[in-house]
Amino acid sequence: MERIPILRMGDVLLVSIQVDMHDRLAQTLQEELAERVVKDRARGVLIDISVLEIVDSFIGRLLGRIASISRILDAETVIVGMQPAVSITLVELGISLDGVRTALNVERGMELLASSISLRTQE
Amino acid sequence: MGLESNSKLVEVLGEKGRVSLNDWKEAQWAAIKIRREPITEEELYREASDFMSLFQQAVKEAFLSDIRDPVWLKMREMLSALSISRARRGFTPTEMATFVLSFKQPLFEALKQAHGTDSGALLSDVWMTTVLLDKLGLYCVEEYQKTREAIISRQQKDLLELSTPVVQLWPGVLTLPLIGTLDSERTQLVMERLLQKIVDTGSQIAIIDITGVPTVDTLVAQHLMKTIAAAHLMGAECFLSGISPQIAQTVVHLGVKFGDIVTKATLADAFGLALKRIGLVVIKKSGE
Repeated sequence: MERIPILRMGDVLLVSIQVDMHDRLAQTLQEELAERVVKDRARGVLIDISVLEIVDSFIGRLLGRIASISRILDAETVIVGMQPAVSITLVELGISLDGVRTALNVERGMELLASSISLRTQE
Repeated sequence: MGLESNSKLVEVLGEKGRVSLNDWKEAQWAAIKIRREPITEEELYREASDFMSLFQQAVKEAFLSDIRDPVWLKMREMLSALSISRARRGFTPTEMATFVLSFKQPLFEALKQAHGTDSGALLSDVWMTTVLLDKLGLYCVEEYQKTREAIISRQQKDLLELSTPVVQLWPGVLTLPLIGTLDSERTQLVMERLLQKIVDTGSQIAIIDITGVPTVDTLVAQHLMKTIAAAHLMGAECFLSGISPQIAQTVVHLGVKFGDIVTKATLADAFGLALKRIGLVVIKKSGE
C-alpha cells in the first residue's frame, strides 16, 4: 500500500507529499503523524505540498485537522510550498486554514519552526 | 426572387449601360470631402468602380435577392474588406451605409430612362434593386460593427494587461498597484499574477496598493480579502495600503471587516513596515 514517508529532523517531523492525495491516503497520514508526534516527541511538523497540484475540500480540511491535532500534542504545524492554483481553490472553497502557519518553501518553514520552538522552550 | 422578363436592369448595367459611374463618384466624394476624411479621391473612385463591376457581374450571372448566395461571394468579400478599413479609419456607420445606398440614385435614374413610359416595369425593377441594395448596405453596417467590436475587445484586453503590473520593491517585497475599478474577472487575473510572482521571486511580503481604486464596495473588499487569504496560504504576508479617508469611511459604513489584515494609509508606510518585517533598517548616513 502507498504510504507517505514521515522523516524526523531533530525536533521536527518532515512530511513531503509527492503523490496525488486520495482520501484514504490522507486519513492514514493523519493517523501515522499523530502517532509519530507522540512517539518522537516532536515539537514541530512541516508539511511540504509544493508538488501537489490538486487539493479538494476534504484534503484541505484534513490539513487543518492535522494542524489542530499536532497543536494539542504540543507540536506546531507549518505548511509550505502551496501552489497559487491550490491556494485560490482553497480560498474559493472557503477553507482558510486558520491556525496553520504557512511558508513559501521548506527552508523558510524550517526557520519559522526553529524560531517558534526556541521561543516556546524559553517559556 | 428572380428578374421579371421585361426588366432592363441587366441592360442598364451592361457595357453600353447608362448608369453614370462618374455622377455617383462625384456625389460620394462631395459628401465625404466636407469632413476631410483621410481618404483620397482616387481611392474612393477605385472602390466605387470595384463595387459597380462586382454588382454588374453578379446581376448578370443571376439576379438573386439573397446576398448569402455564392453569386455574391466576391461582393461580400469586397464589402467586408471595405468596412474593416473604414471602421479603422473612423468612418461613421452612416457613411459606411451611404456608400452602398447612394448607388440607388444613379441606378434609378438610368432605369427611368431605359423604361420610358412603362411605369409598371420600372416600379418592379426599382423595388428589386432597392431590396438588394438595402441588404448590401445592412451587410456593410454589420461588418463595420463586427470590426468595431473586435477593436473594443482588443483594447479591453490591452487595458487589462497594462493595469495589473506586479513590481518588486525590494528583494522579498512585492507591490501590486491597483488602478481602476475592480471586477471579478480582473481580480481573478490580479490574484493569479500576484500569487505566481510570489512563487517566482520567493517574496515574503506583498503590498496591495489601492490608491488608484476609485470606490471600494463589499464585492471589491471581498475580492481583496480572498487575494490576501490565498497569499497567506502560500506563506506570504499581504499589506493593504493607499486607503483614502473617503474609502476608509465607506468601508466602515458598509461594515466590511478587514480582520487581521495589516492596513496602512500610504504605500510608504507599508513599505517601511515590510522592511522591518524582513529585518532591514534604513539608516541616514552620518555627517550628511
